[in-house]
Amino acid sequence: MTDATIPAPKPASPRRQGSFDHIVYVLKDNPVTMLAFAMFAVLIFAAVLGPALAPYDPLATDAAIALQPPSAAHWFGTDNLGRDVFSRTIVATRLDLLISVAAVAISFVVGSALGAAAGYWGGWLDVALSRVLDTIMAFPLFVLAMGIVAALGNTIENIVYATAIINVPFYARLVRAEVNIRREAGFALAARLAGNSDIRVLALHIFPNALPPMMVQVSLNLGWAILNAAGLSFIGLGVRPPTAEWGIMVAEGANFIVSGEWWLAIFPGLCLMFAVFTFNLLGDGLRDMVDPRRRT
Amino acid sequence: MLSIKDLAVAFRTRRGEVDAVRGVSFDVAEGEVLGIVGESGSGKSVTSYALMRILDAGGRIKAGEATYGGVDLRRASERDMQGIRGREISMIFQNPRAALNPIRKVGRQIEDVLRRHARADRQNGRAEAIRAMEAVRINDAAARYDAYPFELSGGMCQRIVCAIALACDPRLLVMDEPTTGLDITTQKAVMELVTDLIRARAMSAILITHDLGLAAQYCDRLVVMKDGEIVEAGDPGALFSRPAHAYTRKLVDATPRAGASIRSLLPAEVRTPEPPRRITDEALLEVRDLVKTFAGKSGPVHAVRGVSFDVKKGQSVGLVGESGCGKSTTSSMVVRLLDPTSGEIRFEGTDLAQRPAAGFARDPMRSRIQMVFQDATDSLNPRHTSRQTIAEPLRAMAGLRGRAQGQRIEELADLVGLPRTLLDRFPHQLSGGQKARVGIARAIAVNPSFLILDEPTAALDVSIQAIVLNLLADLRARLNMSYLFVSHDLHVVRLLCDHVVVMKGGEIVEQGSAEQVMTAPADPYTAELLSAAPKPPAPRAAA
Repeated sequence: MTDATIPAPKPASPRRQGSFDHIVYVLKDNPVTMLAFAMFAVLIFAAVLGPALAPYDPLATDAAIALQPPSAAHWFGTDNLGRDVFSRTIVATRLDLLISVAAVAISFVVGSALGAAAGYWGGWLDVALSRVLDTIMAFPLFVLAMGIVAALGNTIENIVYATAIINVPFYARLVRAEVNIRREAGFALAARLAGNSDIRVLALHIFPNALPPMMVQVSLNLGWAILNAAGLSFIGLGVRPPTAEWGIMVAEGANFIVSGEWWLAIFPGLCLMFAVFTFNLLGDGLRDMVDPRRRT
Repeated sequence: MLSIKDLAVAFRTRRGEVDAVRGVSFDVAEGEVLGIVGESGSGKSVTSYALMRILDAGGRIKAGEATYGGVDLRRASERDMQGIRGREISMIFQNPRAALNPIRKVGRQIEDVLRRHARADRQNGRAEAIRAMEAVRINDAAARYDAYPFELSGGMCQRIVCAIALACDPRLLVMDEPTTGLDITTQKAVMELVTDLIRARAMSAILITHDLGLAAQYCDRLVVMKDGEIVEAGDPGALFSRPAHAYTRKLVDATPRAGASIRSLLPAEVRTPEPPRRITDEALLEVRDLVKTFAGKSGPVHAVRGVSFDVKKGQSVGLVGESGCGKSTTSSMVVRLLDPTSGEIRFEGTDLAQRPAAGFARDPMRSRIQMVFQDATDSLNPRHTSRQTIAEPLRAMAGLRGRAQGQRIEELADLVGLPRTLLDRFPHQLSGGQKARVGIARAIAVNPSFLILDEPTAALDVSIQAIVLNLLADLRARLNMSYLFVSHDLHVVRLLCDHVVVMKGGEIVEQGSAEQVMTAPADPYTAELLSAAPKPPAPRAAA
């Protein structure tokens, strides 16, 4: 089989190919990745400059202009309290991204640590952790979120924790499997022979090799996390009105769809879709970036 | 019967089209066994895939003709090809386990082929499948019918694959490295079985292999391929005694064989005298009554049962045996990756068995014993460049950092013959031989006095194997190291080792000086191992 692909001898590169060169290469190689990163840049732009971009104060009410359809002055129309939907949608980006990124970051770190430990040392640690994770996996997010909110109060942080806890098992299981198959790999044994302690072998040699599939998981998870945050706001947990947040805006707007004021719910809904779509597209590109084998 | 003319195959890759096969022509006559010999990347497998029309996506036949019994294989419809595959031409693949469906009973898999080609129906399928299994000399075939591939040994799996390939009485059998990965005695059994069946049924066959000795022994005619082209063709005896092409001569020279010295594996123009070295009587390593018992699901598994041997300072000892004989377990214990159940590992007078493997990474003795791993690809971290890989032991054990570390890395690269420009490449950007050099550089980085070599050349082409073996011989003399060379191949072990230990079933069956074990084996098992190795014809009458 190896006969099939003999790479032509390539001239020795004059200097070491840096990570930046590699990222540029991945972006150039795949137009979809390029598009995904462009979309991601739009989201980041809106999140960072949100309040500065918004033409109106997202919280300012004006009963005189309530429920106006989209127009040149109000691109996305106005809601029942006369707030500008466009401004609110833009400003909400920061909050939604923060919630999802924070939740995913926490579950990534915690899940990686637990999964790596379970996969590397195995034994009772593995058995115990796996059962705990199975239990968490069986737990519905909304029930857990309600429990946490009931116990600790209805704050955004608690919603982040709830989303993070729910996602931990996915990371832990993935890392556990990836670490487990490499535990006895030649390079791991060689690293031990080179005088590395178990922790070093695990953290510097085995775990980084699990990153490519993890990146796909992260990108899909960011999408889910945004949907979850929106869903929780929709049922009245976490973010509370009048804060601008896509989930709440959809929830509030839903009441007006029947009476014909479709713009209240549709625009934040489309933003939500745009964000989730971006994250899903991002996955393959992120994987290629962290995989040195893509550097040829 | 089969005729191939100017066959060219190309693959689409990221860097444009790559020619894998460029204008290959050969014929296979009725009843003839043709051997296609070449090293990896020579296009030998691609040629056979092309004529079966099972090229990977991206591969296409660019030019040339392939006719089988009047049928144009290049232009035949896919439906016609389906009829030809299995019934007229069938194929045996490299890895028998991968070629069998792991969740289907082996008997059913044979039956599938028979029924696909209307050789059996629902009523007599089972009986016909058992007949096919008996034809490849599987004992108790009726019982084995219900076995799953994982329940069978590698050799038995390869017999099942043979049974599938031969079930429909094909006229031509294509064997792609049929015995790679099998033990040497199993290799002999499988090859003899297949050649007997080919003779008995008056079939033709193509044997694709990297092993010149194997091809010479079982083929009527050989074709030597290099870089997608045929460099030489002829009958095996002539090819060996008078290789016309330089590449064939290089291959013939590099094939380990009885009577060859380690330097004679290299092309004549680069041979240098073997450096002198000193073997003392002082013991470096003394292994006494080493035992390892694993807790298995069905009772304890005795992997190593009381093994004792010595390695003297400057001496190289070969540890030989077939898979499952306990040689790898023994070497893992000696290198302190695994704790023995009982026994002593005295290294320079200290019993290392008393120091648990878990904490041995921080032990001052760690730098004294190092290891070169079997699979160079698997043993290099895919995310680390060669430089990072070699730096690892220097940082952890020698405490070298910064400029001093960089200097030492370049020194080591020079020592193992790795061009410095390759230091910043990732493993997937290196060839097999280059990866082996990185692995050796890492192992000798901290000046160990004892090196364990776990089949360091098993995954390499013979010409690269010859170079790596000679590199190891040079390094040994230069750095005054002792080796424990773990291998299944007595002929390779003999080249590098002074003393040979033969293991079977977790026990040592014979040990003695390499010459004595090779020429006058005391144990029947050793004799069996020796006789099972393919015997290439003597090259050029020692000219």
